[in-house]
Amino acid sequence: MHIQEELSQRHVLSLTVSNEAGILARIAGLFTARGYNIDSLTVADITDDHAISRITIVTSGPPKVIDQIIAQLDRLVPVHKVTDLTDAGPFVERELALVKVAGTGEDRIEALRLADVFRAKVVDTTIESFIFELTGTTEKVDNFVALMRQIGLVEVGRTGVVGLMRGKEAV
Amino acid sequence: MAEKSGADILVECLVDLGVEVVFGYPGGAVLPIYDALYNHPTIRHVLVRHEQGATHMAEGYARSTGKPGVVLVTSGPGATNAVTGITDALLDSIPMIVITGQVPTQLIGTDAFQEADTVGITRHCSKHNYLVKDPAKLAGVVHEAFHIATTGRPGPVVVDIPKNVQIATAPYARPELKVHASYRPQTKADAAAIDAAVEMLAAAERPVLYTGGGVINSGPQASALLRELAALTGAPVTSTLMGLGAFPASSDQWLGMLGMHGTYEANWAMNQADLILCIGARFDDRVTGRLDAFAPNSRKIHIDIDRSSINKTVDVDLAVVADVGSALDDMIALWKQRGHQQQDLSDWWSRIAQWRAKRSLSYPDTGPEIMPQRAIADLYQACRSTGKDVIITTEVGQHQMWAAQHFGFEAPNKWLTSGGLGTMGYGFPAAIGAQMGNPESITICIAGDASIQMNIQELGTATQYRLPVKIFILNNEYMGMVRQWQELTYESRYSNSYSDSLPDFVKLGEAYGWTGIRIEGPDDLESGIRQMLETPGPVIVDCRVAKLSNCFPMIPSGAAHTDMLLDPNQIAGIMSDEAKALV
Repeated sequence: MHIQEELSQRHVLSLTVSNEAGILARIAGLFTARGYNIDSLTVADITDDHAISRITIVTSGPPKVIDQIIAQLDRLVPVHKVTDLTDAGPFVERELALVKVAGTGEDRIEALRLADVFRAKVVDTTIESFIFELTGTTEKVDNFVALMRQIGLVEVGRTGVVGLMRGKEAV
Repeated sequence: MAEKSGADILVECLVDLGVEVVFGYPGGAVLPIYDALYNHPTIRHVLVRHEQGATHMAEGYARSTGKPGVVLVTSGPGATNAVTGITDALLDSIPMIVITGQVPTQLIGTDAFQEADTVGITRHCSKHNYLVKDPAKLAGVVHEAFHIATTGRPGPVVVDIPKNVQIATAPYARPELKVHASYRPQTKADAAAIDAAVEMLAAAERPVLYTGGGVINSGPQASALLRELAALTGAPVTSTLMGLGAFPASSDQWLGMLGMHGTYEANWAMNQADLILCIGARFDDRVTGRLDAFAPNSRKIHIDIDRSSINKTVDVDLAVVADVGSALDDMIALWKQRGHQQQDLSDWWSRIAQWRAKRSLSYPDTGPEIMPQRAIADLYQACRSTGKDVIITTEVGQHQMWAAQHFGFEAPNKWLTSGGLGTMGYGFPAAIGAQMGNPESITICIAGDASIQMNIQELGTATQYRLPVKIFILNNEYMGMVRQWQELTYESRYSNSYSDSLPDFVKLGEAYGWTGIRIEGPDDLESGIRQMLETPGPVIVDCRVAKLSNCFPMIPSGAAHTDMLLDPNQIAGIMSDEAKALV
């Protein structure tokens, strides 16, 4: 007997939650307890009085599982609203990466040239290294990191995705 | 404003919230609260023998009275011992508030004596939980905790209170209820959903009402409305384990329980129906059997207060998110307003009559031993003839299923059993809790010889509070359900399922001041049961039954409703790996 898995789709979920102790553990724990995936998760408070946080979760699963994830999140007491950005219409998603690259000579010049193509900024430099700051979709960051790996990638830090609906309305 | 200590604020809140009974066990981190309860004029404290017992007592109290159960335990082991009962209440949607002591705030995180991360441990087995670090916030939290436990889909809520917060003072006035703005369970159904549900029901030719614990949780009114809807539509009614009693077992429209150990007629009706109206049930795996063969030709309507229950395992055609009572009320009103008449269901009922003719609950009853089914049936008849209100609790296993099959329930809140979590050790403390809430009722725990031992220490609790609970043990000297599965799946290799070294239950009861009765054979059965019911005070009955009886009918794991086993001759003794891997 073998374990079988279903095909899954990537979804970006945007949650507003009460900013209280344990909320992140509650949400992360729900995902592990019910066997859902987290590709990335970001959280920060978004109101003047620090009462509300926005959590953006990139997850993947078959449509039925995504629907369950939303319903399960929505019934947590401190969760105000869950929006599936992927389903709700056009939206913007971005993540920020810091990418450290080391090398000399032609590699160093090539790294700068590629950074220019990707509109990455140099935020630190030594004679033998750069740190680039890059903002973009997950795919763009993946591509940049893949190129830098061929040149002399040292390490990467990524924020994970934040997203908002396009247009003038709030979700 | 007058200042009060956290402990006094807590007790004041409990009084304001109408709490009459607290089930608990003292310890270092709750001593201030116990001092505030000392000689309290209105709150009665029931001292348990183990914290798990306290949680199941609170569940039994809640299920039988409709009021939330309250538990008070200390930090560390007190809290961790309560975890099974908290999880049980979560799975069966039982309103419960668990107050746990915690080490003082300055010691949290230092691995202090009797420290456990109670909010961490209970985060995913409670509906919600709190760590209260400020006595000024305690009253608001306690009021919100009761509100969350008792509204929407009910469940357990944990309030963890560090010891210094119990002693520190804060200004106190009875708080306005302030609930998280994000907590807004939908109790009233969308009108369009009600409209669609009524039209689907009115047009159905082979309808089944599939009911569950949500009907009980919604309150007695919901059970009355279910009966009215059944009368209006003429549809057959089946129920999950959790929903027994919401619809009277004596009704002609009653099919019996459905699912793994449900009746032939209930499961075949589900399989052949053209419309299934699921009312406060959740398509649990014990009910559906093999999912791709579950009710294949039916349209399905699902009424549930919890949106996450909808389409969780079975895709439905229409979701009605609402409190069951409210939704039934709306449906009945619209049915009458539209002037709908019953469909002619005579063909449907004649098919059901053929399935009923299988007599799937019958059992061989000619040998020299007491058949366990016979013991339950006789207990049922004896209880009926008392004319008194009877509450039945069970442990978990074969005896539980036999009780569900052979004891007829006519009213809600009279059948208390651990359905979702399947907790052995639930039934006896639940009976104590039910007896506390219903002092005039006859409260009987139907138990097995194995599961009664899981919380046997509570014999002392019943003695202390002079609670006349009865324990009726179907003693077959096995963990019967485990043994049955081993017979079905593992060629009768009875690995560790024999109950070796059983105590003498009669003497054990007597040691605690109970009356002990042993029923050895069929000739003693009727008189033994009568003696149990007529004896004032607590009674433990050791009823010796046939050792190797199996619980039928049975849908083996991974099988469809149409693949029911009806008798032992159908047992092959071996299963595929796919079937073995299912619970």
